[in-house]
Amino acid sequence: MEYFIELFFSGLTRGSIYALIALGYTMVYGIIGLINFAHGEMYMIGAFTALIVSTVLSIYGLPLLAILILTGLAAAVWTAAYGFTVERLAYRPLRRAPRLSPLISAIGMSIFLQNYVLLAQTSDFLPFPALIPDFAFMEPYAAMIGSTDLAILVVSTLILLLLTLLIKYTRTGKAMRATAQDQKMAFLVGIDVDRIISLTFVIGSALAAIGGLLIASHIGQINFAIGFLAGIKAFTAAVLGGIGSIPGAVLGSFILGLTEAFATGYVSSDYEDVFAFSLLVLILIFRPSGLLGKAAVDKV
Amino acid sequence: MDPLLTVSGLTMDFGGIRALDHVHLHLVQGEIFALIGPNGAGKTTLFNCLTGVYTPSGGDVLLKPPGQIPQRLNGLKPNRITEKGVARTFQNIRLFPNMSTLENVMIGRHCRSRAQVFGAIFRTPATVCEEKAIVGTSLALLERVGLAEHAHVLAKNLPYGAQRRLEIARALATEPLLLLLDEPAAGMNPRETVELEELISSINGDGLTILLIEHDMRLVMRLSDHIFVMDYGRKIAEGTPEQIRHNPEVIKAYLGEGTDHA
Amino acid sequence: MLTGTDLRRALLIGLWFMFLTFPLLAIKVNPIEQTVTWRWANMLWVGGATTVIALACRFLQARQAARQERIRLGLEPPPATWNFALLREPRFALPLLGATAVFLLAFPALFSSYQVNIMITALMYVVLGLGLNIVVGVAGLLDLGYVAFYAVGAYAYGLLHLHFDWGFWTVLPIGGLLGALFGLLLGFPVLRLRGDYLAIVTLGFGEIIRLILENWSEFSQGPSGIANIARPGFFGFELSMEESLVYLYYLMIGMALFTVFVVNRLQNSRIGRAWFALREDEIACQAMGIDKTRTKLTAFALGATWAGMAGVFFAAKTTFINPASFTFLESAIILCIVVLGGMGSIVGVIAGALLLILLPEYLRAVAEYRMLVFGAILVVMMILRPQGLVAPMRQTYTPPR
Repeated sequence: MEYFIELFFSGLTRGSIYALIALGYTMVYGIIGLINFAHGEMYMIGAFTALIVSTVLSIYGLPLLAILILTGLAAAVWTAAYGFTVERLAYRPLRRAPRLSPLISAIGMSIFLQNYVLLAQTSDFLPFPALIPDFAFMEPYAAMIGSTDLAILVVSTLILLLLTLLIKYTRTGKAMRATAQDQKMAFLVGIDVDRIISLTFVIGSALAAIGGLLIASHIGQINFAIGFLAGIKAFTAAVLGGIGSIPGAVLGSFILGLTEAFATGYVSSDYEDVFAFSLLVLILIFRPSGLLGKAAVDKV
Repeated sequence: MDPLLTVSGLTMDFGGIRALDHVHLHLVQGEIFALIGPNGAGKTTLFNCLTGVYTPSGGDVLLKPPGQIPQRLNGLKPNRITEKGVARTFQNIRLFPNMSTLENVMIGRHCRSRAQVFGAIFRTPATVCEEKAIVGTSLALLERVGLAEHAHVLAKNLPYGAQRRLEIARALATEPLLLLLDEPAAGMNPRETVELEELISSINGDGLTILLIEHDMRLVMRLSDHIFVMDYGRKIAEGTPEQIRHNPEVIKAYLGEGTDHA
Repeated sequence: MLTGTDLRRALLIGLWFMFLTFPLLAIKVNPIEQTVTWRWANMLWVGGATTVIALACRFLQARQAARQERIRLGLEPPPATWNFALLREPRFALPLLGATAVFLLAFPALFSSYQVNIMITALMYVVLGLGLNIVVGVAGLLDLGYVAFYAVGAYAYGLLHLHFDWGFWTVLPIGGLLGALFGLLLGFPVLRLRGDYLAIVTLGFGEIIRLILENWSEFSQGPSGIANIARPGFFGFELSMEESLVYLYYLMIGMALFTVFVVNRLQNSRIGRAWFALREDEIACQAMGIDKTRTKLTAFALGATWAGMAGVFFAAKTTFINPASFTFLESAIILCIVVLGGMGSIVGVIAGALLLILLPEYLRAVAEYRMLVFGAILVVMMILRPQGLVAPMRQTYTPPR
């Protein structure tokens, strides 16, 4: 029974991280219909930025809590800047191009960013400090759920709540929903579509960065190539829930996280990645609209 | 008067919207039929149902090729329907822009030719012969529509009127029994419209049945043998041009209620 | 031509990039030893380079706009379209081809084994590029899992040689057939999907195959791969490593020529036209009586056949294969070749393959930037010249007598 609970919380943790990344995919797809292949790299860049900033700050001897907060901010800000720049450089010029062009551009951007970090930093696996301290009150439950797991769950839930509030109750959120539904119309009623699209990328990247920071604290090491696999899995989650739908992305992420945790815990851990890829392939073939999405009808 | 196409009870629903509501049409061989109605009446939707782009939610489309038993078209894939003899043009021209005028027509011959990968790689005599025939037939069709001198121009570089005629030539290349023309005169000046009228007349003269969607009323009145009028997804009237001209339902649909009729 | 606003804008762009790249480029940390290295010089490079590039872009943009204006006003004729028609004329083409042929044939005599190895690799990518070209460039299907078929061919040879001692020539057609088979199997459920979904699904398939090869050790020998794969024999004679490499080189040239021949025939045939039409407008294509699924499947399977055969060659060349050679990155490189060279253009793909494979080898100093440049090429080509460097040469038809 204890094992089950341990796997359960592990699944929730995975799901939270996937959710943070999947939201970026789903929001961008919802608004400009692009599968942002380079989004996984935002997760990676977030983790790297966090590593760099936290190491510098710890050398200067700041207290742990300050380091954690400042690192989080730094990672979010800088990764958001990357997201913004990537959109401006690689996707905006291709707004009116046929569908495949921005996708190929995104693939190119993904490769570029991976190798950029590789060259700028190193190809080695770098150890990531445990930024989240062990809470004393968590000790009795340590076998089932760790302090980092708890932190991840709490932070993710908070962020998801904030995002929902933003989308549902603010003017900007309304503008985002409008642009996602009908870009031309949104433009005609005076919404600055370019700004909204940039904002979508900024938010998505910041979320992915937080995800990167959190999971890096949990796992303890990072590498320039972590973006690819995490990106694909998060994309699978987004599609599972229904790409373009924010609640769908969250739902899909938790389903994927939990199934992965239980599958690897009870069956085998070797084929973990095959499982995710197979799930992706099966969903796209049999139900591309996902669980919460609607099937689209093309007008001839 | 041999029947060619019978549409019975055709219904098309998109989610909560009923775009076509139990439409009945009967086309006989060798005549020109027109389908008119205000924008949004469902005319192009009807075409899409006839050609397999949409699968109708209800009803039947039966094609009766001369000397054969009637065949059900609804539920078939678009290319199968074209093979059976129903060809079309599109409201917003859908040519292959980066292929030459000649090649666009040659594509139309695809379903009437048979060369496969083997023939392509080894250039068997049968394949070579077939290729020559395709080129020949296509050039002849270009002559027919008056585009022969533009044979090697890329389709996207043709003037608008020429593009419309190219679409017709391409559709003719599939050797259809029934030709569906979706607003062929849209955007044409008076001279081009007259040329188009002559072309359609001439094609019909060869025995081809034509169903056209058009907004140019003079063209419709002059060309058609029989007119169907649609509004809000339903057929509201049908008859000869004379009958339609004086039909109060039709006038109401186009001009609205309470207008003084001239 | 450049105004003060332009200059200011360029400077701001430079500053932005300096800010953007600050943590990753200016700082290098060693978390184990808790040390920091500050690399301020990088910042100056970034700032300077991006400012200059921004200015250059603005300058070229302004010049282009001015030229368009002059053309519109009738002061200048529209530019002639770039085509290599000049190269096709016999007086240029024949000597050029002749010289290339002599050079290629004499290559092993002139250069070392190492160079020959590089040329074989380049030729292999030519074949792979032409194969993917059928799928992506001509039919317009973005296949991101092309490497899976490559792996199938390579492992077919590796395993058949390992277990049954089958030779190169026996396995070569099998590799092609297996490629085709897998192409059909993978293509069938997938080809009705829309373009971007198709891309992701093929990516998924590619990764699944690689992961299965890596994990199912009983079947594929796992991550350690298969070694001691034999090179093709020369009429039963035993060849030394060097000699067999040269032999393989000539075989590769033959394979490349064969591929060019077949692809050319295919493109200029009824099926080739159908593929082009499919890429241009799927709906119109169907309306003209072309079976969309069958046509796509044919392109997919044919492309896969070539990858399968190339895989057999690959196994023969390297004599050792493992799953790590068949990652998504490989598919991306081949895609880059097609995108750069020209979607649908045989000459373009050959040029793209030679450029992208040979250049990094000969510019050793910048070789580590290879992948960075590949990524950048994909982005830049899509924005500036999505049809590739060389436009496909469409066949002209002569009327029958």
